[in-house]
Amino acid sequence: MSGDNAGIREFGFDTRAVHAGQRPDPYTGARAVPIFQTTSYVFEDPESAAAYFNLQEYGNTYSRIMNPTVATFEERIASLEGAVGGVAFASGLAAQAAALFTMLESGDHVVASSALYGGSVTQLKHVLRKLGVALTFVDPDRMEEWEGAIRPDTKLLFGETIGNPGGNVLDIEAVAALAHRHGMPLMVDNTFATPYLCRPIDWGADIVVHSATKFLGGHGTSIGGVVVEAGKFDWSNGRFPVVADPSPAYHGLAFHETFGMYGYLMKLRAESLRDLGGAMSPFNAFLFLLGVETLSLRMDRHVRNAVEVARFLSDHPGVERVRYAGLPDSPYAPLAAKYLPRGAGAVFAFDVHGGRRAGTTLIQSLDVWSHLANVGDAKSLIIHPASTTHRQLTDDELAAAGIGPGTIRLSVGIEDAGDLIWDLRRGLERVTAQTPEEVTA
Amino acid sequence: MIDSPARYQEPDTIRRLLTTASTVAIVGLSANVLRPSNFVGFYLQRHGYRVVPVNPREKEILGEVSYPSLSAIPFPVDIVDVFRAPDAVPGIAHEAVEIGAGALWLQFGVINPEGAVIAEAGGLDVVMDRCMKVEHARFLGRMHWLGFNTGRVTARRQSAV
Repeated sequence: MSGDNAGIREFGFDTRAVHAGQRPDPYTGARAVPIFQTTSYVFEDPESAAAYFNLQEYGNTYSRIMNPTVATFEERIASLEGAVGGVAFASGLAAQAAALFTMLESGDHVVASSALYGGSVTQLKHVLRKLGVALTFVDPDRMEEWEGAIRPDTKLLFGETIGNPGGNVLDIEAVAALAHRHGMPLMVDNTFATPYLCRPIDWGADIVVHSATKFLGGHGTSIGGVVVEAGKFDWSNGRFPVVADPSPAYHGLAFHETFGMYGYLMKLRAESLRDLGGAMSPFNAFLFLLGVETLSLRMDRHVRNAVEVARFLSDHPGVERVRYAGLPDSPYAPLAAKYLPRGAGAVFAFDVHGGRRAGTTLIQSLDVWSHLANVGDAKSLIIHPASTTHRQLTDDELAAAGIGPGTIRLSVGIEDAGDLIWDLRRGLERVTAQTPEEVTA
Repeated sequence: MIDSPARYQEPDTIRRLLTTASTVAIVGLSANVLRPSNFVGFYLQRHGYRVVPVNPREKEILGEVSYPSLSAIPFPVDIVDVFRAPDAVPGIAHEAVEIGAGALWLQFGVINPEGAVIAEAGGLDVVMDRCMKVEHARFLGRMHWLGFNTGRVTARRQSAV
């Protein structure tokens, strides 16, 4: 028999990054992952069709719900994260919305880190509130805030492995233990770390979400997201009737009882993905798979470059402070040593002396760094929140978001570190050369 | 714990049982199509196993005669698959030994080390806290079509399923 080695050997991360989820195509022998660019699938017979729709058999029905190319990507990320499975979506925010929608209902309450990605803050604050789910944001560094915010109706704790722009590292083990003491799961956005730098499930997280758009793809070509689950949370503990009870949206099927450790993911796919849409396109899944093959190689380079750039900036007189957990003087260095031993990622912020004007000047002076609103590309990226994404905010409002007028966010790419530093040095020289009148103008 | 379920989750054993068994008696098989046991029985039938219901309250399930007990089955059984409360396992294990079954398979959450020891002493293979449908789908079926982690890595070309 071939290919039946599950459990016989614990294959390494790099082997799984290249192979997990794929079997050479049985019909053609194609070695690359075929792009199944099809909306639908011909049924063998009516009985098979019924079995697929009833979830009695694993079968393809319609590409909004499942697709073989997308499934390869889903299994690969599940394997890399140490999860029992995954469901991919058209974007990271679509993935997160569906992950939340599957387990929450009106009247529930969520406690989330205040250091989340802005798009996540908006989704939680406005979309979830519209659905009747209450929210409390807490300082993720303070365990007493997490604990103090928990109410009888709290159903989820949510944070990011590496926060933005402060570079906060989440104490996943402690927050997961707190969640479990209160009979609820911990969901972690692991986009900035990727499973190569941190596997939140190893530390007790239950649900892990990703924007695959970032480092997983690494090429900046495709928007996508994925949800994976550890399969360890007891959804039948009495607090999650929305997952455990017979589902009116699926002819009375009780997902957790019927599918056990796979129940949440089955419901996420068969109901939330089916009903909300937001499916990942097979072509994007193919591109993400190409990216994931080189994940560890790229992340090693991203991290090495990030450390060099952060060191250069820390020593530069034009720079006020650098907020990178990978620097030894970071307040997050101890947590980074525990959760991110291979490196604290490649996205971080620093503050340039001279406020908004200095930030704008720096951005305009660069040749290698791309000024745009994304992270995790192989190319180095830079953005000045005060003049772009957060330009409507006053300095006081910026401060509340942890952003100064001179805060610059970097996503360090895989180019030559010397060239990245050369470019930033020239930009900072331009800032320093500005007259005081120019700076305050 | 010397008798943790992990001791009874050997991939080699599971794979051998799945590929050599043909008759599977399901103790506690429900006639309700929404129950987990019915999902498993339906799936195993689709994949060519002869499923033998063991349920004293039913006459027929999934088109097969339902027997009140393992000892009432008038033909050999390869695997006894158990969907019952853990306390019921020692008695079922004794019966499985008596009828000369090849293996005792205890589904998710059916954890009873005493029953496992009884079956092993009687010469049966034992699988514990594993779902027969999931393990089939992982090793031989299409679980990967729905994005589940099979744990498999293979560069070999396989026959179509």
